Amino acid sequence: MRQKFTPTLLTQTFERRSFIIGAVQGGVGMLLAARMGYIAVAENEKYEMEAESNRVNLTLIPPRRGWILDRNGSPLASNRADFRVDIIPDRLEDPERTIQTLGNLLGFTPVEIQDLRDKIDKAAGFQPVQVADGLDYDTFAAVSVRLPDLHGVVPQRGFSRYYPTGPAVGHLIGYVGAASREEYEAEPSPLLLTPGFKLGKDGLEKQFEQVLRGRPGARRSEVTARGRIVRDLETREDVQGRPIQLTIDGPLQDYAARRIGLESGSVVVMDCVTGELLCMASMPSFDPNSFSDGIGRVEYQMLSENERVPLRNKVLKGLYPPGSTVKPMHAMAFLKAGIRPEESVVCSGGLRVGNRFFRCHSTHGRTDMAKAIYASCDTYFYHFAQRVGFDRVAAFAREVGMGQEFDLPVASQFFGTVPDPAWKQRKYGTAWQPYDTVNASIGQGYYLASPLQLAVMSARLASGRDVQPRLIKSETAPNFPSLGFSSEYITYIRQAMSDVVNGPGTAGRARLPLENVLMAGKTGTAQVVSLSVSDGRSGPWRYRDHGLFVFFAPFENPRYAGAVVIEHGGGSGAAYPIARDVMTFVFDPAKGLEALHGLEKQWGGTAQERLAADYARYAAAAGVDLPPAPSDPATIMRLVDAEARAAAQSPPVATGPVEPRPETPEGATP
Amino acid sequence: MRLGVLPAPLAGLPWRVLIPLTLLVCFGAAVLYSAAGGSLQPFASSHLIRFSAFLVMALILRRFSRDLVMWAAYPAYAGVLFLLLVVEAIGVVGGGAQRWINLGFMQLQPSEFMKPCIVLVLASFYHSLPVGMTGTWRALVPAGMLIALPMGLVLLQPDLGTALAIGFGGAVMMFLAGLPGKWFAGGGVAAVVAAPLAYFFGLHDYQRKRVLTFLDPESDPLGTGYHITQSKIAIGSGGLFGKGFGEGSQSHLNYLPEPHTDFVFATMAEEWGLIGGLLVLLVFGIILRWGLTVARRAPDRFSRLLAGGMTATIFFYVAVNLMMVMGLAPVVGIPLPFMSHGGSSMLTNMICIGTLMMVDRWSQRPAGASALS
Repeated sequence: MRQKFTPTLLTQTFERRSFIIGAVQGGVGMLLAARMGYIAVAENEKYEMEAESNRVNLTLIPPRRGWILDRNGSPLASNRADFRVDIIPDRLEDPERTIQTLGNLLGFTPVEIQDLRDKIDKAAGFQPVQVADGLDYDTFAAVSVRLPDLHGVVPQRGFSRYYPTGPAVGHLIGYVGAASREEYEAEPSPLLLTPGFKLGKDGLEKQFEQVLRGRPGARRSEVTARGRIVRDLETREDVQGRPIQLTIDGPLQDYAARRIGLESGSVVVMDCVTGELLCMASMPSFDPNSFSDGIGRVEYQMLSENERVPLRNKVLKGLYPPGSTVKPMHAMAFLKAGIRPEESVVCSGGLRVGNRFFRCHSTHGRTDMAKAIYASCDTYFYHFAQRVGFDRVAAFAREVGMGQEFDLPVASQFFGTVPDPAWKQRKYGTAWQPYDTVNASIGQGYYLASPLQLAVMSARLASGRDVQPRLIKSETAPNFPSLGFSSEYITYIRQAMSDVVNGPGTAGRARLPLENVLMAGKTGTAQVVSLSVSDGRSGPWRYRDHGLFVFFAPFENPRYAGAVVIEHGGGSGAAYPIARDVMTFVFDPAKGLEALHGLEKQWGGTAQERLAADYARYAAAAGVDLPPAPSDPATIMRLVDAEARAAAQSPPVATGPVEPRPETPEGATP
Repeated sequence: MRLGVLPAPLAGLPWRVLIPLTLLVCFGAAVLYSAAGGSLQPFASSHLIRFSAFLVMALILRRFSRDLVMWAAYPAYAGVLFLLLVVEAIGVVGGGAQRWINLGFMQLQPSEFMKPCIVLVLASFYHSLPVGMTGTWRALVPAGMLIALPMGLVLLQPDLGTALAIGFGGAVMMFLAGLPGKWFAGGGVAAVVAAPLAYFFGLHDYQRKRVLTFLDPESDPLGTGYHITQSKIAIGSGGLFGKGFGEGSQSHLNYLPEPHTDFVFATMAEEWGLIGGLLVLLVFGIILRWGLTVARRAPDRFSRLLAGGMTATIFFYVAVNLMMVMGLAPVVGIPLPFMSHGGSSMLTNMICIGTLMMVDRWSQRPAGASALS
């Protein structure tokens, strides 16, 4: 039914409907007021925070890294003040004039000024553009003084990691670098993305990353939506990371690394009373200083192509057949098994086992235990190992550290092999044969040990205690339990090892050039390939025998023990002169240095200098422009380099007569 | 309302709306002064100058006679429609959508004129429509045509906000004209059905995105949702009393988009807080209430419809803009009357105010009497 429309009705409808519209309008007004009240009052806190986080931009300041100190508190890794000048393009008032003035102050060439101009043109505007870094203080100060005329120029003071002794600590300490994508994914902290922040990439730098890192500082500034900085609000200083103190003796580490010279090898020295590792040198190495600036393409290529694997820490990850260095230890095993020291064999140049004849490197005649050690008679060990059974020898070897992994703050250590029948059955599924005992009895065959294990073995043998190596310095001196050797036997073995060096033994030239300190030791030559391929002393480098030497001193009351392993040194003759000089340095730094300086003159400089020269040569060959030579090492270096200690203890000594490195090892032992 | 102390021509003015309105414009100018970083240039001074000029225009408009206005309804509508066609033609020739005609001294945006014009022409239409036909198709179809033509042209520009404003103005006119209620119910149902269709086929990508973002602003906080999010941050961080004049970080550091036009309310709320917001709402409430009062008191059907429609047009601006800045409506480019910087919207709204004053004047005197007739 259709409604009937009249003017009156329409007027009424209008009145009613205009009232509805008014009500709707009022309703919407109330809704808006309520909504606004809700946003502005109930949610005020949330939005205030969001407005603040819009307005305020937080820039992290990378924290200064904690130092790594040697046992005497001298830095092995420190931070060097680094001066740099940035430009914030948005803040430049007169870009052209500023760039010119800055260029003059920094001594830029016209080309460099043009480069800078291009960089600024391309930049986002509010992000700082680096103008120069690695500036010396005078230049930095000159720029700082002119700041009032140079709007937009920001002098920055940063820090870069500095390793005073460079390659000597490369493997031990590692290096730092900017975070990689994987590292950021593992730890998604904005700090890792902050320019200038570097974290530990290897060695102790990596192991102690959280300790060394410290807390970042922060700079709060007011920024516009486009990121332009309006003004700085406040700055919170960073908190430097805590230092870690090592048991390492900086000068000794430097000395040992340099003394390895042109060879490839490692030197471990430890305190056999406290277990403190004084020196863990592994050469050739890399310079962590240049790694920390980002490894150059050329540099990395050079290092990775080197057959002497400068990127591997040989102290922990070099495994070698220990050769004759295990003989004193095996002798101790025989003693524990009830063999009396006087019992002897007649060495007629070898021993027949079954239907095979195993050669000794010489004909020793009647040989007792002492002679077997100092003359390194193989026949003796062939014989008594058969008698005792290698199971017992292997068990003892493990007790003194062979095949063991030590509780050290390192990323990885290889623990090698102490072969025995059960091991061979497990590994190869074949039975242990008499010739396995023969090989293992002189540290060959399946036997593998790291230089650290050899040093620990030497320390335990010398002290008779279960010495545990330590790398982090602590105030409490540990008390290691006795291994239960009778003091009579310990004295016997010590004497026999002293005779190796100071008596009629195989390493007469290892005798320390000191009045009152006698070093005891044992040589070892580990065969790499069979004699049919190479005689082990000449020919291609990689076929030459490894040279090994384990030692302790002073022999009657051992304080220091250690091991030297020279890869493909052609025999133990490559190893024990190094041990001699290193121990000489321990007792008489000046005398030790005298020998080193003579050698370094022949080699063409210190390890660091040679590395730099190699780099220059390599880069020239590769046709890559070299960056400018680094600025002079800071005075800090004087605290840890080997010369510092000598200078501190005695007046400078004249460089003595050159002691040539033997071409062929004397008194070589198999 | 008459004030005895004023001379007669002034005393006749509707001061009860002119005073709040002037206060609102001055408040707007203060906000624009702050938005320009504490400077009269470029927003605040031109805002005040425009208001003054358009106020004079509105006062002149107030003197127009009812007959003249009624006579002018269709020609004015036709003229504006023609201008819309011209804009469209220029767009086609010039290669690219365009909304204005450049007159040299100003950018003329004909779609703005269409908002009061549609109210005027429909008021005239329903006035002349025989009362008995109110419930027939003759009340609906011609009016529908009158609305659809400009809406279509404006949508082609494309300018969804203005098209909706025209549509809303037209719908309110039909409602006030007394068309059967069930038609509106049916239209509502049709709109619900048509909305998804329009969404998928009628809207541009950027418009569709805005609708989506409106439904979930956090989904795209740096893209289209940025506007809504930043506007809510500005309003929310203002709190009860605001951050203080000239202290708004959202607007001054450019986080708030369009701080002087569409989002001027957020700029204001950040610095003046809820108190400022309620003040603005109150003033708009006073103006709109006055508008409806004028409509109810109007002497005849034409002037009633005219006043009601003009009030609704202002209301549409205010409501949609405020809902947008508070995150209750999608971002459509509709400025806030009397506060946003911009000549076209000021012109339209002052035409509405002028028309309301005119109707107010008609209801105080016998219909048809006029100084200009």
